[in-house]
Amino acid sequence: MSEEQEQRTPVSLSGLSADDPRLQPAAKNPKTVERVIAITFVLGTLFFAGFGALFWVDAKPWTLGATLGAGMFFVGVGLVAWGKYLMPRGPFVEERHVLANSDADRDAFAAVIVERGGVVVKRRKMLAGLAGGGLGIFSLVALFPLVRSLGPLPKGTLFHTDWQKGSYAVDQNGRRVNVGDLAVGSIMTVFPEGTQDSDRGQAVDQTVLIRISNQNFTTQKGRETWGPMGYVAYSKVCTHLGCPVGLYEQQLQLLVCPCHQSMFNVTNGAIPQFGPAPRPLPQLPLYFDASGNLRSQADYDQPVGPGFWERHS
Amino acid sequence: MSDAAATNKRAQRQAQGRYGMIGKTLNELDDRLGIAKGGRTFMDKIFPDHWSFMLGEIALYSFVIIMVTGVFLTFYFIPSSALVTYHGSYLPLDGQKVTQAFSSTVNISFAVRGGLLMRQMHHWSCDIFVGAIVVHMARVFFTGAFRKPRELNWTIGLTLLILAIGNGFFGYSLPDDLVSGTGIRIAYSIMESIPFVGTYMAFFIFGGNFPGTSTIPRFFILHVLILPLVILGLLGAHLFLLVRQKHTQFPGRGRTEKNVVGSPMFPVFMAKTTGFLFIVSGITALLGAFAQVNPIWQFGPYDAARISYAVQPDWYMGFLDGALRIFPSWSFMAFGHTIPLEVTIPAVIFPGIIFNIAYLWPMLERKFTKDNEIHHLLDRPSDRPKRTAAGVTVLVMLSMLHIASSTDVIANFFHLSLNAVLWGMRILTVILPIVAYPLTYKLCKELQGVRGAGKRKTPNIVSRTAEGAYVATPTPAYGEDVGHELEATPVPAYIESEPEEPLESGVRTVDR
Repeated sequence: MSEEQEQRTPVSLSGLSADDPRLQPAAKNPKTVERVIAITFVLGTLFFAGFGALFWVDAKPWTLGATLGAGMFFVGVGLVAWGKYLMPRGPFVEERHVLANSDADRDAFAAVIVERGGVVVKRRKMLAGLAGGGLGIFSLVALFPLVRSLGPLPKGTLFHTDWQKGSYAVDQNGRRVNVGDLAVGSIMTVFPEGTQDSDRGQAVDQTVLIRISNQNFTTQKGRETWGPMGYVAYSKVCTHLGCPVGLYEQQLQLLVCPCHQSMFNVTNGAIPQFGPAPRPLPQLPLYFDASGNLRSQADYDQPVGPGFWERHS
Repeated sequence: MSDAAATNKRAQRQAQGRYGMIGKTLNELDDRLGIAKGGRTFMDKIFPDHWSFMLGEIALYSFVIIMVTGVFLTFYFIPSSALVTYHGSYLPLDGQKVTQAFSSTVNISFAVRGGLLMRQMHHWSCDIFVGAIVVHMARVFFTGAFRKPRELNWTIGLTLLILAIGNGFFGYSLPDDLVSGTGIRIAYSIMESIPFVGTYMAFFIFGGNFPGTSTIPRFFILHVLILPLVILGLLGAHLFLLVRQKHTQFPGRGRTEKNVVGSPMFPVFMAKTTGFLFIVSGITALLGAFAQVNPIWQFGPYDAARISYAVQPDWYMGFLDGALRIFPSWSFMAFGHTIPLEVTIPAVIFPGIIFNIAYLWPMLERKFTKDNEIHHLLDRPSDRPKRTAAGVTVLVMLSMLHIASSTDVIANFFHLSLNAVLWGMRILTVILPIVAYPLTYKLCKELQGVRGAGKRKTPNIVSRTAEGAYVATPTPAYGEDVGHELEATPVPAYIESEPEEPLESGVRTVDR
């Protein structure tokens, strides 16, 4: 607000005579301002016309946005300037009326609710109770089909994956992984055969396969047979929030989750080394069958992915 | 023009009444709806001219743009997870198996005339919408505009913010691209982390385990129908309360608790606000034209087993992502159950606390200041150092969390170790808010001291009595000066000094 306007006493609009100075425009030189505003309107119109033409010939998207945006911008600036400089400058004042009603009115309103309503309910307590209870139960029961039909119950689905004793590990195209497929230091994503295109396969079965060395590799005590020929496999679902742990830092032998930067050391059983992940990635026990295909000895020994209430290990 | 024609015209005008066709139409309407009196009052409604009242308008107009561009997008978007083979005009994706949601979004971007512009405007105006709400709320908070009688409108506004954030999330999840799909995966896991009911909630909301085929159709109907309806309804209530309770205003010349000073609805405010709608739309269109946003064809379709580097959500979800990044890995086992505190605290409990404090703030402030009065005049932020300091503290903390959502990008850009950046953000997120409170408090106190600097002081008339005592009387203010000058500064009643020459008692006038 300009300093000059600040110094004028505000008046009410009603009963203001037509020649009151507050109804005069704010601009000192209205003619010039009018000319400038006219120019903005003309520019705005030209840009709008340009937008129409460009749209008609299906021009590049940025030209559409540039003309439409410039057109709106100029018209908008013109309108604001018109309102600010060429309309009654004011300031005007409006009285505020107290919102609250008189005590008598309030009492009358409260009386209707409390007394008239109270009498009705008190006289028929049983009916009121039955109606209230009935409505309550109805609204509760009405929620049942709405909520319960939304999805299946979790049941055991969070505890198991589709990896079973003897599952073939396949890549995203369904090709079985063979003993010679990975060079030392490389990585791939595998699924239990048959799930690579399914939602569930994507969600819980995805497993990251890393070849750490040429010899059998033990990541932790009790996992001596789990890493044949240096192949180790971990669940690819981050134990923090379930993002795929897709980055492999080869030199540090870390698996990194790009979502929140949890890092897992692949040499010692994917114990989290950094970041918010609370648990190691579960390791999948592997073996090579007689024809050199990579298969799983069993399912993961614990639920994969982020924590949830029912998880008990 | 012949005489007869002129008479005819005059007769016609007389038949129409003093205000011609428009007057006649208004009369017809008034006969049926009784709008004349209320309409006049509405046209005379006064809007304060202060710039900070414009922030809410930005939010309102962004919402208008969101709806217009959104309707356009619904004509072409297909909310389905069914797989199709893409054969469109974007060649790098040719032959790939993608969902219909993804392929139709790529089609909107490349094949539909004006589609890319509409998509980018839709996305930009959503970012602006949420941003404008936040800044508008900061204005309302720091100036105390939420105080009685406006607590209800504060509550509605806060609910609108939450709905806007939620609908933004649903919206950017719809294209089923790699980045947004990862976002849904995270949201699913957050829901799963809630004790007792988490897994059931997640299964019911997502229609089973993640990823499923129910997500996109469900998010679609929430995004385009249910949440917009609720937002529209609350927006209506927000504006109705604003008209009913009238605007607040800063104290100033001629402004009291009993009036509103500014420009009338018609024509001044109407011209300015319509112009402003055009300006906001214009800037959004320019952003849509020149600033690329959410290029899903570069991210690729969602695949639960794939991920890309630098996965950041839209800005308004940043504080949650940052909190999840820097919170320590405190998973907790009790009675054979897992309580994933490393997720529940930063993503459920922390935002819950922040938003609940915000909901309760008007009540808390009433309780602690014992101020139960009705307020229409606004505070200056420095008038209320504690409130201002509390608000700044929360904003600083949220900003730090927001920055923390880019730890990987920061580490990469400045060639720092990720570990250092993580610990740096952890420390800053705790320390800076603690520093911010006393600092803001002190600044407010200092600002109170310089109130009115640069303003003229009302002169005193100082008279000296025969005994040597001085009596100071403030001059009556000029008619135009009321409320604009500082209070007269008291003059000491008696000054010990030896008069060099005896003065006569009386009054000396000093010209001002």
